[in-house]
Amino acid sequence: MSDTHATTHDAHADHGSHDDHAAHGTRGSYLKGFFLSVILTAIPFWIVMTDAFKDPSTAALVVMVFAVAQIVVHMIYFLHMSGKSEGGWTMMALIFTIILVVITLSGSIWVMYHMNTNMMPMQAAADM
Amino acid sequence: MSAIPMKDGLNETRQGSTGPVSFYDLDEHEHPDGGSTMLGFWMYLMSDCLIFAVLFAAYAVLGNSYAGGPSPKEIFELPLVAVNTAMLLFSSITYGFAMLSMEEGRQRVMQMWLVFTGLFGLAFLSIEMYEFATLIHEGAGPTRSAFLSSFFTLVGTHGLHVTMGLIWLVTLMVQVQKHGLIAANKRRLMCLSMFWHFLDVIWIGVFTFVYLMGTLR
Repeated sequence: MSDTHATTHDAHADHGSHDDHAAHGTRGSYLKGFFLSVILTAIPFWIVMTDAFKDPSTAALVVMVFAVAQIVVHMIYFLHMSGKSEGGWTMMALIFTIILVVITLSGSIWVMYHMNTNMMPMQAAADM
Repeated sequence: MSAIPMKDGLNETRQGSTGPVSFYDLDEHEHPDGGSTMLGFWMYLMSDCLIFAVLFAAYAVLGNSYAGGPSPKEIFELPLVAVNTAMLLFSSITYGFAMLSMEEGRQRVMQMWLVFTGLFGLAFLSIEMYEFATLIHEGAGPTRSAFLSSFFTLVGTHGLHVTMGLIWLVTLMVQVQKHGLIAANKRRLMCLSMFWHFLDVIWIGVFTFVYLMGTLR
């Protein structure tokens, strides 16, 4: 018990003294993030604009993978996310948000898809 | 037994360094000025993220309802979107350089990078305004179909955020000019940095789900 306490206090002390410059990258890390982003942006645009894939759903899947990769790159190199920032609380908030986003998106799409499928067609309703 | 502090014996448990362990902090923490600002601002960004999640969900549900109107493939101009994306990406890296200059305490260099950031942001907004104006002029305005309503709401909300970011940017540049790189200004600049990069992250979602996947459909 006293051990965890000690580490909590350390984290607090750390946080206080590092506050001004802990959350910053270097010129190198910013440039690295930038070039990765350029590549991860250019490839999906190229895929869609040149119809590189014959199958649209394959292309959509690949484009989505690139988007997720780029979001991760931005989080690490531009937003300086790590499990340690602010004693891990930013990461906790991020994970919680991602869970909520996934529930919101997948839930909406799922429910509305089924509702559209099961709904009576407009024409049939008018004929009644 | 006495490890659990009694209600009226809080101070007694503090007496004697070898005494019992308290399970919560009885003494006030030191709260450095603005020490929790970054975490608090992160919480704001996460809740803002949820706003966008709901708008994305609305677009995902309504994006196929053209009501006989134009489909995404007919109205989206990908080269324009690519240029727009580049503008936002450039503004992200210039803001990053501004933060590095701030670290080094070079105020004038930092202000120069902030000017570049603002110009790229303004270019982004101008291109988006041009796109919206063209769409409305073509009769593909927000009232045309559910698809276009959700499209304008989602992309427009992002554009509003960028507008607010620009106003904030100019405000901070004036603040820095007047008061210099004091701790409070540094903190504000770091908040705007997070906000600005966060908007770029949202834009990744927008160009992927709305423009690229819309064109694929």
